[in-house]
Amino acid sequence: MIHIKRLQEDGADIIALIGEIDASSSIELDLAIAKSVGEGFNKILVDCGSLDYISSAGLGVFMSYIEEFKDRNIKMVLFGMSEKVANTFSILGLNELLEIGKDKAQAKKIVNEL
Amino acid sequence: MRIKAITRLLFTLGFITWLVLVFMDLTVQVSLANNIPPEVPSWLSGLVLNLFILSLFYYYKLKIEKDEVLNFVDLLWRVFATGLVATVASLTLRLIEYLLNDTKLTTHIVFKDLNYMINLGLMISFLIMAYSAWKRLILYQKSKWLLRLWAFFEIGLLISLLYDSFGIQQIEWSYIAFLATLITVALILSGNMKWVAFLNFRQKWTSLLLLLLTVFYLLYIFYTNSTLAEEIDGQSAYFTDYRTNVFVLSLIVFVTMYAMFSFLVILFNLPTTSVFEQKLEEVVNFQRISQSIQTEQSEESVYNILLETSVSSVFADAAWLEINGTTLQKRVFTYKITDKESQDIINHLNSHNIKGVFDQGSEKTKNLSKHLASLKGSRFRSILAFPIYVKGENIGTLALLKELPEGFNKEMTKIVGTFSNQAGISIENFRLMEEALQNERYKEELKIAKMVQKSLLPAVLEQDEDFEIAAFSQSADEVGGDYYDTLRINEHLVSIIIADVSGKGTTAAFHMSQMKGIFHSLSRKDVEPDEFMRQANQALIHCLERGSFISATYFVIDTALKTVRYARAGHCPILYYCSEKKSFEYFKDKGVALGMVRNKSYANFIQAYEFPYRPGDLMVLYTDGITEAKDIKSEEFGYERLLETVKDLHDLPARGVQDHLISKLYEFSGTDNIDDDYTTMIVKFSSTKTPETEHFGKLKDKH
Repeated sequence: MIHIKRLQEDGADIIALIGEIDASSSIELDLAIAKSVGEGFNKILVDCGSLDYISSAGLGVFMSYIEEFKDRNIKMVLFGMSEKVANTFSILGLNELLEIGKDKAQAKKIVNEL
Repeated sequence: MRIKAITRLLFTLGFITWLVLVFMDLTVQVSLANNIPPEVPSWLSGLVLNLFILSLFYYYKLKIEKDEVLNFVDLLWRVFATGLVATVASLTLRLIEYLLNDTKLTTHIVFKDLNYMINLGLMISFLIMAYSAWKRLILYQKSKWLLRLWAFFEIGLLISLLYDSFGIQQIEWSYIAFLATLITVALILSGNMKWVAFLNFRQKWTSLLLLLLTVFYLLYIFYTNSTLAEEIDGQSAYFTDYRTNVFVLSLIVFVTMYAMFSFLVILFNLPTTSVFEQKLEEVVNFQRISQSIQTEQSEESVYNILLETSVSSVFADAAWLEINGTTLQKRVFTYKITDKESQDIINHLNSHNIKGVFDQGSEKTKNLSKHLASLKGSRFRSILAFPIYVKGENIGTLALLKELPEGFNKEMTKIVGTFSNQAGISIENFRLMEEALQNERYKEELKIAKMVQKSLLPAVLEQDEDFEIAAFSQSADEVGGDYYDTLRINEHLVSIIIADVSGKGTTAAFHMSQMKGIFHSLSRKDVEPDEFMRQANQALIHCLERGSFISATYFVIDTALKTVRYARAGHCPILYYCSEKKSFEYFKDKGVALGMVRNKSYANFIQAYEFPYRPGDLMVLYTDGITEAKDIKSEEFGYERLLETVKDLHDLPARGVQDHLISKLYEFSGTDNIDDDYTTMIVKFSSTKTPETEHFGKLKDKH
């Protein structure tokens, strides 16, 4: 089960993920990101502070946007990951493909630098 | 056979008792004629008469009541036949009497008595035969109450036999009261005519004829017997007089009454027979619609049955059935009407803005006949439209047409309304069954996919003097995407792969088979692990859909150099036991999963590593199904617990490590039915050989 909250700060869209992302709830994540893009945001911050678990399907969602974002010059930064979730990202090598910040402040900094 | 023997015995007994009765009665007459007091006591002849009656009673009881095959008309036919035989016999006697016209013999009391006795015997057997038959008719649809009344009647008749034989008829009031009671009960019983309703038109006519003749025979025999009895009564003071016999009198009244009642009831039922038959047909039609779900192959059959049954139930001249279906295309089934005619009517009704026929919003059946009056050139003057609902959704309309104006009555509307409802249910059931079948098919397909997936995993793993490999893989109920394999490249090179396809189901199995193809073609070419991954990624980006990826680790074990070269593409880190350091550790290396970077730049994200192996070393490979297995408290098995589990197992052979790990995993999750794919592969480097290699080095980046 995942609960997704969105709020806007300094022109960036912050998507907060609360709960677990498995095969079925990954669709919600996909929709949330797609909606944010659809609304014209080019700075997307994903708050993983309350993300307890992410399955490969959930990782697949992030992965599927990498190229599209690169082409459209949309910046996405993930932040606030627990060690366990961060480990899941790094095992797959996604930490090399995605921008991951420690906290919101750092994430904002990264997104503005990019 | 036993029943047959008993019936024969009873018949013989009846015949003998009758002969005895005749003989006794004649003796009495002869004695009386010669003015000698009769030696036969009056109670004896009464007893013999009772015996005669009882044997006939049981004879017919066995013959009629036990015969299961007899239908109503057969029964009536039997009664009629018995009556015919009795009448013919009686008429023959009359003919003989006529031929011997007024000779001394015919006027003699003994001859008259013999004639009378024969007629009496015929009458009684006819009566008892009819009684048995009527009993069956009356008790055709029995109730508790009816059975009790009948038992009362039969017991009454039995008592009347005793009553008669002891000649108590002198007590006038009891005789009348008894007779009256029996006749009253007989009257009440005669009201049970339910069987008549089950006759069809033809059978009713046959029954009428048979009953009429039966009544005629009865009347003739009563007349013959009563005139004969009167004649004898005038000449003899003492003879077997049935006229005072309560039993015979009750029977006469009962049998005649029931025959006449039946005749009248059938006669008055004749005009309504067609209605009953129609009702019966409706029931049959109704059943047909209900059963069509089990027997018919398609929805079309249900529609056709609905059309046929509706038309035949209300005698419609034509009908059509329009089905909306899921597609926009409407389907029209017609009956005795051309598509053009039906279309004309539809258009006419539409053009007059009449809602109902094809207005799917209308909920109720509508009689739209009045609107037809304005349509010129149509032969139809009545129309009735019914909506058909499946799961509350209107799927179509049934229209019935008649050439007569005002051709449909309320009753017909109700019937067809019920039919269309039932058809709706049938179609709904049909669709549900289709769905169930479809699901079954999917399950079957999944089963096949699972079999295919199983067959993709190797049955035998490559072994070597330097190492042994054990592997275990289990997938969830659905098809999984875990893959492992080994391949010998040459004498001193063996490649190993372990991979996990993201997602589950048939697509995962499909990608797994692609991975197998890639593994078997690339590793044969003896490419380096990083090159393997690059080429694999290049091959996979064209087949993996958006969001799908494959994590894999590819190894080449070189037994000549005693090294392992590998590349890890996002797969779970290797857990390695170094026999020299005597400790386990997870290899911290880099590598992005296959399919994540969909261009040549993937080369930047994959690296090859190399390390020497020593005898006694142990390599534990696994998929995330193991580290992510959860216990009851939703805690994950995790990397630390995995390390703890294998920590003390480094001396076991590969198979031993694997078994221990799996059993620990089951123990942890509390079940051996983990709802995920989980795979482990254990590579154990042989400890028998003496180490030749240099010391275990640090991870060496080739780049």
